[in-house]
Formats: sequence, structure tokens, C-alpha cells
Amino acid sequence: MVGKNCFAIASDRRLGVQLQTIATDFQRVFKIHDKLYIGLSGLGTDAQTLYQRLVFRHKLYQLREERDMKPETFASLVSAILYEKRFGPYFCQPVIAGLGEDNKPFICTMDCIGAKELAKDFVVSGTASESLYGACESMYKPNMEPEELFETVSQALMSSVDRDCLSGWGGYVLIV
Amino acid sequence: MGDSQYSFSLTTFSPSGKLVQIEHALTAVGSGQTSLGIKASNGVVIATEKKLPSILVDETSVQKIQALTPNIGVVYSGMGPDFRVLVRKSRKQAQQYYRLYKEHIPVTQLVRETAAVMQEFTQSGGVRPFGVSLLIAGYDDNGPQLYQVDPSGSYFSWKASAMGKNVSNAKTFLEKRYTEDMELDDAIHTAILTLKEGYEGQISSNNIEIGVIRSDREFRVLSPAEIKDFLEEVE
Repeated sequence: MVGKNCFAIASDRRLGVQLQTIATDFQRVFKIHDKLYIGLSGLGTDAQTLYQRLVFRHKLYQLREERDMKPETFASLVSAILYEKRFGPYFCQPVIAGLGEDNKPFICTMDCIGAKELAKDFVVSGTASESLYGACESMYKPNMEPEELFETVSQALMSSVDRDCLSGWGGYVLIV
Repeated sequence: MGDSQYSFSLTTFSPSGKLVQIEHALTAVGSGQTSLGIKASNGVVIATEKKLPSILVDETSVQKIQALTPNIGVVYSGMGPDFRVLVRKSRKQAQQYYRLYKEHIPVTQLVRETAAVMQEFTQSGGVRPFGVSLLIAGYDDNGPQLYQVDPSGSYFSWKASAMGKNVSNAKTFLEKRYTEDMELDDAIHTAILTLKEGYEGQISSNNIEIGVIRSDREFRVLSPAEIKDFLEEVE
């Protein structure tokens, strides 16, 4: 979710196989660099592998170009990598959030084959996504300060996740 | 001495540690038409002689300065056909970068990749090095930049440089005339004067070619009419 010169990215902590809970501390939001984070919902193994591939590409980019990737550039890269596997895709929906030039927040999401979806306010993905859309839509206000943004994101996450049996076991909220 | 015995194969070092084919490639460059580039504070200018073998050649069909991307241009000294191949490869690489990152390729990255292509041809079987040196001029987020790429694949960033026939005189002239805070129009005048120094015959708007890139980041080759205006200002 976008705030005033800041963004929030949040996820729940459950890893499960249908009704069985495997872990309650599963990390789904990953750091690419100080001002760029990616959240990957969907299949656990694909989330981890995709993250490793993206970090690899970003590190090489940093070494070659001697700078961090801009969020928009990174989103295009993720989209290209996902589309490479068009006929045998990664079962993940990424949520990308970052601060671009002048600390302007950037968020986007895509489907598992790389269709980018930019947004100005918030993006969601996962099993509770429909519920999250509703919660965010009603709780979102433009230009929120970091503290208010944290409250809003946490409340939206908790209420949606409580209504979904496959999500839960705590939450993880990151404000940049 | 024993060097000539090692000049048959590109991929064999001579005892003095040189790859003789690359030396020969540099000689091919050194006998090509003079070209030069100057980096100003607000842009870059590249220029070359355009001496045609006969007055019957249609000079509008000859284009020695080419754009690689909207904000990067290139000029060469040496073999024209080799230049065409490199331009084609570089343009493709620039577009591949754009397709992946939806961002225009930075000048350094394009130079690096072009140099890598030139280096490949010094370490493969059955090929010869490119007989051209390139001067790549561009304007990106790091400001105006000018790079020279040699047949060996090495590249250098220059404030001002020349290549081809009259290189030592041209470089001396540039060293004297270059100032750190030169503006682009001054740089164009200096480029014309430098070309004039070594030119056999009368310089005119039809036998030189000039490419500029300003802070608007659009690489353009100047039309003969524009060159004529600059020539008049110089005289």
C-alpha cells in the first residue's frame, strides 16, 4: 500500500498444504535492495526459487551498472522472467513495492505469467485476495504518514486473513 | 623479428606478447579517414571526413555516422563494411536490453557489450578482428559521454579524441584547444577546425559529416545546410 513518500508491504506467516499447517513463520516478503521489496504468494517452492533467481539477476545488475535497480525496471524484469516460463509457469503472484526517484513510492502486482498491473493505492495477492481488496478499498486513504499506514495495513491484513482458513498465524508488516 | 612468423593465426601470441593480427587491424584503422569526437559540458559532437572515391558517387547515400539508439550515436575510422556489421549488432543488443528492462540502455553498458563482440572476434577460430575503431557518443543519466572502442575490444572514455589518418596532429590540436567547460557549439567549431587542419583539399558541407547530441538526449546527424552555417561561422 502506498503512503506519503513511503510504502508498506505485508504478508501472513502460514505455510500450509490445504488443511495441514506446515510452518507458522514462513517468509514471503523479500528484500531486493534497501528501497525495493517483493512479496511472493502462491507455491512455496516457486516463491523461494523465484526470489533466488531475482536476487541473482539484481546482484549482477548492481555489479555491471554500479547502481541499484529502479522499481519500474525491476518490475519489467520480473515480468520478463515469468513470461519465459509461459507454458510451465512459476505458480506465484508477485507483489512489488519500492521507492523510486525522489522517494516516490511504486507498487505493482502481476499474475503468474507476468501481466503487470500498476496501481496508485494498493495491490494484493494470495488466497485471501478478494477479502483483501474489500478491506483495503474501505480502509485506504491517500497520503498517509508511516504510522497511520502501518495501522491501516495491519488492520486490513488481520481482518481479511481472519476470514480465510488458509491464511493466518500472524502477520509481518514492513514500512519503508 | 620472429613476429612475422606468428602473424598467420589470430589466436596465436607472438614471442613479444602481441597478437599481430590486432596490430594489423590497428594499421587498417590508421589508414582510414580521420574521425574525431569532443565531449562538451552540455553534449557531445562527433565528426568525420567523407572523402568519396569519385565525384560521381551520390554523397547523400553515404552515411558514416549512425545512431545506435535515440540517444547514442557512433562514428568510425577504418573499414566501412565492418562498421555496418557492428552497428547492426549493437542496435540489436540495445533493443534486447530495452525489451528486458523497459529502460534505455546506459552508454557504458552498450559500449561494454560492443567491445565484448569485438573481443570475441579476436579469440575465435576462423574469424578476423574488425578493422574499425569506433567513437561512441551518448547522453544518459550520467551526462554526456564519449568512448573509443578499438579492434582488440578495449575501450576508453575520452574528453576529446581522434582516429584515422591524421591522428597525431589532430590529437595535438585538440589537446591545445580543449577546455573543461566548453559548450557544445564551441566544440562543434573546434571539431571543424581540427578536421580542416588535416584535410587535403577544400572542406565543404558535402565532404564532412557531423553528429551531435545535446541535453535533449536526441542524437542527430547535421544536415549539409546546418554544416554550412557552422563552416561560415568558423571562417
